[in-house]
Order: sequence, then C-alpha cells, then structure tokens
Amino acid sequence: MATIEVDGRTYEVQDGSNLLAECLSLGLDLPYFCWHPAMGSVGACRQCAVIQYKDAEDTRGRLVMACITPVADNLRISLNADVARQFRADNIELLMINHPHDCPVCEEGGECHLQDMTLMTGHTSRRYRGRKRTHRNQYLGPFVNHEMNRCIACYRCVRFYNDYAGGADLEVLGIHNNVYFGRHEDGTLESEFSGNLVEVCPTGVFTDKPFSDRYTRKWDLQTAPSVCVHCSLGCNTTPGERYGELRRIVNRYHGDVNGYFLCDRGRFGYGFVNSDLRGRFPRIERQPVAVAGTAIEHFRTQIRSAKGIIGIGSPRASLEANFTLRELVGETNFFLGLDETEHDLLESILGILANGGIHTPTLRETEQADAVLILGEDVTHSAPRLALSLRQSVRNATFDLARQLKIPRWLDAAVRQLEGQVQSPLFIASVHATRLHDSAAETFHGSPEAIARLGFAIAHSLNPESPLPSGLDEAEEALAALIAGRLREAKRPLIVSGTSCASLAVVQAAYNIARALPAQNKGLLYALPEANSLGLTMIGGRRLKDAFARVQDGSADTMVILENDLYRRAPAPQIDAFLDAARHVAVIDHLENPTTAKAGLLLPAATFAESEGTLVNNEGRAQCYFPVYPAQEPILAGWEWLIRVMDNPRWHHFRDLTSACAAAIPALAGIERFPAEEHLPKIPRQPHRYSGRTAMHADVSVIEPPPPQDCETPFAFSMEGDTVHVPPALLPVVWAPGWNSNQAINKFQDEVAGPLRSGNPGIRLIQASGMLPWFDRIPPAFVPERGFWRIVRLPNIFAGEELSAHSAPVAERFPDACVFVNPEDAETLAVSNGDSVEIRYELELSSLRIPVRIDSTMPAGLLGITAGLPPFRHLPNGARVALIKAGPEAPAKTGENQ
Amino acid sequence: MLSQLRSLWEVLKHTFVKADTVEYPEQKPALSPRYRGRIVLTRDPDGEERCVACNLCAVVCPVDCIALQKTEDENGRWYPEFFRINFSRCIMCGFCEEACPTCAIQLTPDFEMCEYDRQNMVYEKEHLLIDGTGKYHDYNFYRVAGMAIGGKAKGQAENEAPPVDLKTLLP
Repeated sequence: MATIEVDGRTYEVQDGSNLLAECLSLGLDLPYFCWHPAMGSVGACRQCAVIQYKDAEDTRGRLVMACITPVADNLRISLNADVARQFRADNIELLMINHPHDCPVCEEGGECHLQDMTLMTGHTSRRYRGRKRTHRNQYLGPFVNHEMNRCIACYRCVRFYNDYAGGADLEVLGIHNNVYFGRHEDGTLESEFSGNLVEVCPTGVFTDKPFSDRYTRKWDLQTAPSVCVHCSLGCNTTPGERYGELRRIVNRYHGDVNGYFLCDRGRFGYGFVNSDLRGRFPRIERQPVAVAGTAIEHFRTQIRSAKGIIGIGSPRASLEANFTLRELVGETNFFLGLDETEHDLLESILGILANGGIHTPTLRETEQADAVLILGEDVTHSAPRLALSLRQSVRNATFDLARQLKIPRWLDAAVRQLEGQVQSPLFIASVHATRLHDSAAETFHGSPEAIARLGFAIAHSLNPESPLPSGLDEAEEALAALIAGRLREAKRPLIVSGTSCASLAVVQAAYNIARALPAQNKGLLYALPEANSLGLTMIGGRRLKDAFARVQDGSADTMVILENDLYRRAPAPQIDAFLDAARHVAVIDHLENPTTAKAGLLLPAATFAESEGTLVNNEGRAQCYFPVYPAQEPILAGWEWLIRVMDNPRWHHFRDLTSACAAAIPALAGIERFPAEEHLPKIPRQPHRYSGRTAMHADVSVIEPPPPQDCETPFAFSMEGDTVHVPPALLPVVWAPGWNSNQAINKFQDEVAGPLRSGNPGIRLIQASGMLPWFDRIPPAFVPERGFWRIVRLPNIFAGEELSAHSAPVAERFPDACVFVNPEDAETLAVSNGDSVEIRYELELSSLRIPVRIDSTMPAGLLGITAGLPPFRHLPNGARVALIKAGPEAPAKTGENQ
Repeated sequence: MLSQLRSLWEVLKHTFVKADTVEYPEQKPALSPRYRGRIVLTRDPDGEERCVACNLCAVVCPVDCIALQKTEDENGRWYPEFFRINFSRCIMCGFCEEACPTCAIQLTPDFEMCEYDRQNMVYEKEHLLIDGTGKYHDYNFYRVAGMAIGGKAKGQAENEAPPVDLKTLLP
C-alpha cells in the first residue's frame, strides 16, 4: 500500500498501480479515453492530465498523464488545479473539433463515454467554426456498423482487436491527422470477438448493427442480470428489452468469469427470442389453444391416464425446470436426454471435477496460467470466451520479463515491445488447425485417438506411474517429452480439454496429465457442450437409450420432453420410432423444431429472457438468470408449466423450488443462497429515466395498466424501487451520475478490474478434493481404412449452437458448407479445392453432395464437417462414410440432395 | 377611510373601461406563435420528415407521454416508425420542443383538443405530422450532421471537408 495526497486529502492506494486506475478505484472522477482496465495504459489521448507536485512545498507542480504515472508513496497530486482542468478542457475541445453533429442519430448517444467525458470537462459549446475532416465508412459485416467521422483516435479498437484478441484485419490506416481505423477493404470482421468493439470504442464509430435496426436508447431498455445460454462458460450478460422484444445483449462485468468481454455468439445470438419460430400458443393435437389452463388440464388428463410416464430433461434448461420434471415423473423415470457418448463424457468429467482433486480455474485464473496445454479442443469454437483468456495467458512470460526490467505491467505499449522475445508456452493438440495457432508454441494434429495417446504419453513422461501408450512414433515421443518438460517447469500450468472430440480417452488423458503435474497451482478445465450440461449431470438421471427401451417394451406410453430437440441426440429413424410408439408426447420448448412437430401437446416455454433459472457452468459455478420482461400469456417458464400440472405442488414459487432442489440433490446444496433472500423494496428493472410510460400502450388502451407483478424474483417491472442498497451483482443497470456508458462499472468494483463490490455473482458448487486412480484405457492408434473416411464434427462458434443459430446476423456468419480432407486423401479421390464429393453414409438412403476444402492440417482418413450446419445435421460423429468424386452436374443438384 | 374611498373610486372607474372578456368560442383570442398548445411534427425545408427518432423528447417529458420507435429508410435517414403522444397526459410544458435537436417537434397555438372519449386524445404520427416547417423555417438537421444520407454523401454537409484520401502521403 502507498499513501498519496489528492487535492489535500490523503488516501491509501495499491502500490505498483497507475494513478488513473487508483483515482477511479477511489471513486474520483477523472476523464480518460485510451486507457482500458483490461488493456492497460498507452498515454495516447492526453485526457487524464493531473498536476503532480514535487514535495510539500511545491505549489506550482507539473502536468503528468495519470494513466502512465506509477503510484509512489507520498505522491502529491491535484485533479482540480486550474492548470490541469484547463488542460483537460482544451484537450477535449481539440478532440471534438472534427466530431460530427451526429448525437441524435448516433446509437451511442445516451451511453457514450465521449459525451460523459465532454460534459465532465465542461466543454459544452463549440468554438471552432472551420471545416470538419470527414471519412468514408466501411461495411464490416452483420455485427458492427462503422461511422468513422466520430473517431477521436484513441486507438482502443485496434489495441483490443489486434493486440488483445489476436485479430489481423482491423488496421490503422493513413497518416497524421487523417488516421483511419478500418479494414484494408470493405468486408466482414473476421474475429469472433468483433462485437466487443461496440463497448470498447468510447464513441460511436463501432456500433451494434442488429441493435441499430431495432434501436432503443439505453435509458429506455428494461434489463435484468442474466447469464449467456449459448455455451458452457456462463458469461454474464445484460439483455435489454423494449416494447416486448429483446433488443440487445451487452456484457455484464463478472470479475471471475467474462470480465469486460463477450464473444459474438453470446452478444448476437439472442435473435431466437424474437424469432418467428417461437411457439406463442399451446397446441393440442396441432390445434392452438388460447389459454394455458386448457393445455394444463389436457396435460393432467394425459398424465393421469398414463400407463407409464417418462420425462426427458435437457442440458439447456435450468436446474429448476429439470428438477421439477424429475419430481413430476419420479426419479426412476427421469432421463437426461443426452446422446450416448455425451452422457459418458459428462459423467466422467463430473467424476473428475468432483473427485479428481484438481482445481478447475475460473476464466480469470486461466489468464494467469504460465503454461497451457489444450487437448483435443478448438476452444475458439466450443468455448469462445476461453480462447480470449488463453490468448492472454501467453503473455505471462512477457509480464515476468517486464517485471525484471522494472516495466510496470499496465504500461501496455512498453510491455508489448517485449512480446517477440519470450512467450508462455501454449500447446495445442487438436484435430486440425485452430484459431489459436498463431499463439501456440507447438501444435499437433491427429485423430481423437492420436490426441489421447499423445496426452497419455505426456502424462507418462511427467510421472512414470501413469500408463504409457505403446507404439508411439519418435516424433510423438519427442513432442510429448517437450510438452511435459515445459509443463513441469510451470508454476501455474493449465490443461484444457473438453467434449468436442467426443472421446472419453481424451478427457481421461487430460486428467492423467493434470494429476501428473508437480505444480501446486495446477488447473484442469473442460469445455462442455451446453449451458447447463454440468448442472443436468449433477441432477443425474438415466440414459436416453433406456427411455427408448421403456417405450418399446410398453412399460411407458407417455412422455414429457423438456426443452430438448431429440433429433440432435440420436439418428432420426430411432427418434421417429420412439416418438411414434408413445401414446402421448408432451413437449415444452421455445422454438419449433423436429421434436415439437411430433408433439401431441406442445407447451410454449419462456426463454432465458422471460424466465428465471439457475445454470451451472463448466467450472461448477451456479448462476442465476432473471426475466428481463414478463412472458406473454400463455407462455410460461418450463418449471411453471410443470408445477401447474402437478396435482398438489409442494412449491408455488421459484425461490421455494430452488431451495427444494438444493435440499433434494446434495451436489447442488448452496444454490438456494443465490438469489439471496427477498429484497425489499424491489429492485427496478427500468432505469430511472425510462420514458414513454403513459404512451407505450396507449394505442391499445389509453388507460394505463398497472405494471406486471413479479412474485418470483427480487426485481420489479417498473422504474420504482431501491437501487442504492443493491449489491452490484444484482443491479440491472450499470449507471452512476455523470457515467452513462458501460464504463460506469468502475463505480461498482472493489478496485478497477477487481471483483464487484459485495462479491461476484454465482456460487461454486465443486471444491476440488480426493484423487482418482490413473486412467489406463489407452485407445489403439487410428488406422485409416482404404475407401472409407471417418466423420469428425468440428465445432463452430456460429453454426454449432442450437439456439443462437436462429439469430439472423449469426446465421449470416455461418461458414460455407464443405468437407475438410487431407491433401493426400484429396489426391486419392482426385479432387481439388472446390470440387464436389458425394458422401455415402450407410444409414442414409440418399447421398450428400458437398464441396471439398483441402486442409493440410486435417489428419488422413478423417472427414471434417462443421457441426450444426444444415446439410450435416444427420451425420453423427465417428460415422464411417464412403466418398466419391461427384460428376460435373453436381452444383445444380446440390440443393435437392441437401 | 381614505383607502376604502380610493378602492370604490377605482372600481367605479372600471364601469367605463372596455371589457377584457372575449365571447369565446364565437370570438377567438389572438395567440402568439410561441403559445404552448397542440404538438405537431414538422418537415424540413426540403419537405422531408424532420424527426430523427432520437428519443430526446420522450426522455425529457415529465409525464412520459411520448413513445416512439426508430427505424431507417433505404437512404440511411433515421425516422420514427411510430410516434405517439398521449395528449390526455400532456401538460403542454414545451420541454420536448426545447429538447428537440432537429426542430421537429413544436407546440402550436391551438388548444382546442377536447374529446368526449379519452382514447381519442392519443395522437399517432399521422395526426401529428404537418406539411410545413412550423415556426423554424430554415433548419435542416441532415445538412449539418456528418451522417451520409441519400443525396448527401460524406463531406457534403455544411462546413465539411471532402473525405480523406487514405492513400496520400502528402502532409
């Protein structure tokens, strides 16, 4: 700690930090632009000028930039000295000279850091009467709008996009006063994190394109704390609603998980909520009914008359919904609704997390790892936000070197100069080249078996007790020894694996390595398929194939399927047979899908934006999402449908249900503590300047209805209530006086970029303990078979997830449908890039024609397909297919065959 | 005593003064243009809608009686998809006019808005939008703003230099 004096007052601050960060941590208002808590200081904008005094006698002092001035003990500074104030006012006047007269038609208006800072410095009237510099805009794809005139050249965009996120297609172009931030030509921004530019840019150069189409000012958005449902990481989000429609999602700061950034799937994947595929009414035998009561009565009769009932849960439904279903149908009749392999993998991973004795790091902790091995996972596509964190971990060696050279960690430009010299090792063993390869020290490509065998070899070389795979070639042995050597040296090594290889051996090899590591601070992290995969596994239930058997042998004739499209879990003929054999099929889901099409009774479920629930992310953190706006009758939350159909439900409210769930399932004990006890008065979902209350619904009726009541959560659907005594983790709107932009978050953290005041949201349910025996089921090496290929499903950030794929801007970013083959295989087939091949799959009567892409990193004998793309939906992982070069008439027929 | 006499005198004097009372509605009072009555949406001198759906009128409104939704035409102009004023709540304070950055929303000297049915006090855009410029004749927001719209490219607004050529190395 150091003591500094600011304008005559003494404060205790963190040693080794910079003045700007400390002033903001103290709650003082000091304007800035180029500094960002996650990206450090470069001193480019000259906005955070303060006066620094030499000693107690010095009355004159000198101007310094707070962001690049280290804190020192007994430092005396002034924020309010006339010279400093004048300097800041003059600086902003210069920055504003070319700023267009755009605020009314700018999407940033009302949450603009530039507006806030301009007002803070007191520059309220333009003196400059000369001509303004102008720029042409670019088309940057479906996510981000570009309006270059508004730029103040703070360089934050390129520092985020290139330096932080590893992008390569956003550049600073032009010279001197004309610098331009854009691409070398119009085109879609390639990075999977481009949406963060919207929040990183302090003004309106980069704005949210889908939001602009249905634009609403920040002060008009109704919001509630939420959790992203599009992958297993559980990033915190703030969805915003207006006129009954979800308008946008922005990042919600979580000190341990997502920090300041989201991936593009999380930010733009919400489109499914407003989709036309949403079921708006219950449907009985294909006939819509207008009221929920009728459907519930029908449902109840079905259950009463059932000979046997089964319930199929879902990894994308909340803990509460799955638990209620389990209570409704009985524990022995509850099935998890996962495919066979996924069921195995998740149970194995849960066993490892709970009993393996190895800590699962938070995303924040993964950034601090000093050696990382990714085993069989393409994290950019399966757990995107993790890829951004791992990219930061590579810098830890640079930070160590900087410390030796006495360069502070936050002095970004200086530390980046060291980047070429040292790098913390990142090793990637994956099926084919991933987006992180530019940061990797060594890469390995192979079949899931080869990856697992490499993993076992690394584990053996770290600890000879771990079993050794036989028949490794020299190159693999050398690579395993090299990786083991680097991991052994590391103080905070991290092993990342997951389910995308669909290989139990890979998961187990990752555990063996983690167990064999000598370091104390080691970590093991698994990327899982869906938002509540781990939570569902913790509830536990039977396998889907047992459900099939139940229906086949006639012991069950009624089924309740909760938020689960079974056609994604098993081959279509099997599901067809299963659903056709049942007498009653009740489906609760948000969107129309092949399963709902077969439902005798369809109950429309509220999405994450209209209901409450708890999700358990891949590290075992239970987090709650709250409804942003009330579900429109007769749509109900999944858990509510199930409670309403019970004859004598023991719980009527969400909170009771959460407590019951925690009490019934020991693994989930703790979830009842969050969302805390009832908060009174309620917390308003609407900002205090929410507009149009008396006119919004006046077209329907001029008589204003009372706001909808929320009996389930601590929030109110109004602008009235308490925002002052609310823990920041529950605060719907991040706003502080004078800070209208998202950067107001500084006011709600213990210290800048630290945890939220009174704690980050969520409760970790799993504490590492125990130890498992070495896994020793080493798979034999994969040997390609002549004339046949094995399907590997490659995850994709945009196409790979069920719900986000229904968002229009995300669908625009789907990769082209093509298959990836090895160059040698391509030669055997006599195809070149772009030629079509016919895929013949034994279970399918028709074959599939698809263009080929030759990928030199693809292992021989494997056929890579993008998971989630429509033509590939029926091709399971590991399927054995034959390939034939397609004739020249192929393109015309492609459409039909798909 | 004296003051009472003076009051009597003053009152009697008014017997010979012309009455201020106007026989409304037969006789209409002359109201100044700045009188705060019925609200209108105006057009710019080129005849285009002035409102850019910035929402500032809605947020400044103390009774929250304005609701609107932004949309964009094919030329990139922002305009309101709907614009609704609930006059049964409006207090004619004129804040919306003050807040409007484009001179679109204006109060007029018309106050005769009584209705038997309160629902008829809800005015939509087609009831609000007039064909003229209202009180402010010359202002055209898009001629000043930096955003490019159909018919006005970058660099063609008032006080704008032509767009920067990024490829030049000249100072």
